[in-house]
Amino acid sequence: MSDVSDRSIAQATGDGTTTADFEPRITAFVCNWCTYTGADLAGTSRLHMASNVRIIRLPCTGRIDHVFIVKAFERGADGVIVSGCHPADCHYTAGNYHARRRFGVFRELLSFMGVDPARLTFSWVSASEGAKWADVVNETVARVRDLGPFDAYHGLAGAATPADDPFAAYDLSGEGHPEDAPTPSAGDAS
Amino acid sequence: MSRIGVFVCHCGENINRTVDCAGVAAALREHPGVVVATDYRYMCSDPGQQLIKKAIEDERLTGVVVCACSPHMHETTFRRAAGQAGLNPYVVEMANIREHCSWIHEDRRQATAKAIDIGRTIVEKVKHNKPLQTIRIPVTKRALVIGGGIAGIQAALDIADGGHEVVLVEKEASIGGHMSQLSETFPTLDCSQCILTPRMVEAYQHPRIKLYTWSEVEKVDGYIGNFTVTIRKKARSVDEDLCNGCGDCQAACPSRRVPNEFDAGLSTRPAIAVPFPQAVPNIPVLDREHCTLFKGRRKGLAKDACGKCKEACLKGAIDYDRDDTFASEEVGAIVVATGFTLYDIGRAQPAGLKGYGEYGYGEVPDVLDGLQFERLASASGPTGGEMLRPSDGAEPRTVVFVKCVGSRDPEKGMSYCSKICCMYTAKHTMLYKHKVPDGRAVVFYMDIRAAGKGYDEFSRRAIEEDGAEYIRGRVSRIFRDGDKVKVWGYDTLSDRQVVVDADMVVLATAVRPQPNIAELAQKLSVSYDQDGFLNEAHPKLRPVETNTAGVYLAGSCQAPRDIPESVAMAGATAAKVLGLFSADELERDPSVALVDERACIGCFNCERACPYGAIEHRDVCDMEGHVCGHVAFVNPGVCQGCGTCVAACPSKAVELAGFTDGQVYAEINALAGW
Repeated sequence: MSDVSDRSIAQATGDGTTTADFEPRITAFVCNWCTYTGADLAGTSRLHMASNVRIIRLPCTGRIDHVFIVKAFERGADGVIVSGCHPADCHYTAGNYHARRRFGVFRELLSFMGVDPARLTFSWVSASEGAKWADVVNETVARVRDLGPFDAYHGLAGAATPADDPFAAYDLSGEGHPEDAPTPSAGDAS
Repeated sequence: MSRIGVFVCHCGENINRTVDCAGVAAALREHPGVVVATDYRYMCSDPGQQLIKKAIEDERLTGVVVCACSPHMHETTFRRAAGQAGLNPYVVEMANIREHCSWIHEDRRQATAKAIDIGRTIVEKVKHNKPLQTIRIPVTKRALVIGGGIAGIQAALDIADGGHEVVLVEKEASIGGHMSQLSETFPTLDCSQCILTPRMVEAYQHPRIKLYTWSEVEKVDGYIGNFTVTIRKKARSVDEDLCNGCGDCQAACPSRRVPNEFDAGLSTRPAIAVPFPQAVPNIPVLDREHCTLFKGRRKGLAKDACGKCKEACLKGAIDYDRDDTFASEEVGAIVVATGFTLYDIGRAQPAGLKGYGEYGYGEVPDVLDGLQFERLASASGPTGGEMLRPSDGAEPRTVVFVKCVGSRDPEKGMSYCSKICCMYTAKHTMLYKHKVPDGRAVVFYMDIRAAGKGYDEFSRRAIEEDGAEYIRGRVSRIFRDGDKVKVWGYDTLSDRQVVVDADMVVLATAVRPQPNIAELAQKLSVSYDQDGFLNEAHPKLRPVETNTAGVYLAGSCQAPRDIPESVAMAGATAAKVLGLFSADELERDPSVALVDERACIGCFNCERACPYGAIEHRDVCDMEGHVCGHVAFVNPGVCQGCGTCVAACPSKAVELAGFTDGQVYAEINALAGW
């Protein structure tokens, strides 16, 4: 057996965080023109896929502030998908290039903050790629399932934990972005 | 305080089959801020919309969430209905529980739970929606048509006859497209040129059509109603105003061995030539690649190696030093009619495709493609319409036609049906049999797809009256055998191998989009499918529109199309363009970015991020009126609402209406603890 497969088995079963009935919660930030429409096509094509993903529609991947992703982890997501138009196919000409550059940098920041980058999927899914969307969903769910629940950030959002008060934790009247920057907790680095 | 109404649609059984719609409504009724939640069988129907309108009035709703299909399907419908009930349309949002839920999951419990989540997320978003006002923008009532084939000509004529100016851009030297190369057309066998050339002349002479030939679209800026198009006029080396089309230059040119593209390579032409005798405009182009003078210049010769055409031209129209020039045109709508090209079946192929080396195309001279056969059968073709094969000029006694060469063959990279080949092969057998009545026409086919008015009758006529032999099966190899072309095939109906000693073989090669279509699609921000055909906005309800407002599709750039379909699509685009031009102003979605001047620090990161150049600098003055700084301002007419500036802004001074940070964080928070 190679090291790689040994490690992955250990990850899936070893540290006690993975349970048989664990259902990962995945938040997906997708662009309106390519991936959202591609996901629509997956629906019209009746492609069955895992039901763990919740989509947040944005006009373009260029709109995605990476604090959105941190926020999603903080609010209980076990994994995040970011998906938009293929390079050169952006509905807005170049928004996806801005997104790509940002995420090149952000991925490193994410591991610095103690989030395993494997919890974040970044992909291009065009409006004609319904099947690819189903694959992205299923692969991400399977990968995050192996990684186990992501609990490290829970409770950082202030007094109320998501489970106590899911909808009223935030006053969003101001700038609308979280005040306390999330920091990695000690036990989470592995 | 939010008063939100939630309306859950069953979509017949489409949603209710896997999602407990009543359960979704019941769960959302308990959600903070929701004052009414109800389910109904068809929310988009008139009674469904009435139900929403009544709730808006009775419950004084401040926001509406419709849990139904994709917003791409019915967002406009429900926003309009809310508007009629006096609610601002932009506080209405759709929760997509059909495409993104009921259609992709089987487990009713899981699907229902997910539908509730989706509904809650959108309810939380709507709490932060603000009423918006539509933006009104002026419309430039001129249209651009890209491509001067039959579809482009028809669209241009229809729009021009409707009273508006049209700019028609054609990349070749003449308009006419592939239709001008055809001999006769199915299913009536009328002469292609006879029906086309009058339309070409009409387009050329139309007072409201401005024609650019030997030109290409270089750049497209702007948006619906207000496009600025840069057109590259390729160096023709002939002054279009001075030239009178006499043809003296053509006669004087010494380089006469250039393959003639109009005859699909079956004849030759001079380096300076009008593409074909009926060309519109009748003005030659000097082909710099093959011209002796330009070959000499490329080698760096001190003195020009030729100059015979210039000497021959009595009008002094020839100018060797003229380079590409650029023209700028303001238009309000764009029709794309770039047509098709035939799949080149040789061995060399672009990425993702495979050739048919085993069919000998390009190696055996008597193996032709469909367009070459058209030229061979045409009265204006290289043989003057006589049926003579290219290798030795003999009359072919046996001709084999192979259908689906490339088409419906995922192994070669094309899984689609090219649609026109069944009909034109039937036509080819008839054209051949009419010229060589005692010859054999053998057709290898996979299926006969003859759907269309008079089409099936036509292909039956080829078999029953003209005696074409149809064999159901594929061909494995085509190779030269003495002066014959050997065809190895298989008859799947009688389960036997078939060998035909043919004199000529015609391959019905797949229809492909133009090779540079992706580049044009990117200039227009139009999406295309995996084969390169441009995507329509909706396959059924918006077949000639694209997802970019103001850009329309006609003819084979969208999918393989025959002539009647191309003409019908062209008429449909013209109706869309004329509809757009019927108003002086059009309304635009108000999802644009807005800068909070108090928070802006004037770094102009947004300006660097904006793909549209919508960011302007605005002066900030002190109390005495002196300029003391600059802040960003978004021009709402130019902004397209991508939001890239919002994510780029370090001081969070920009917001995108409809997708504000507040709305997105509300959605993220709503997903907590699910």
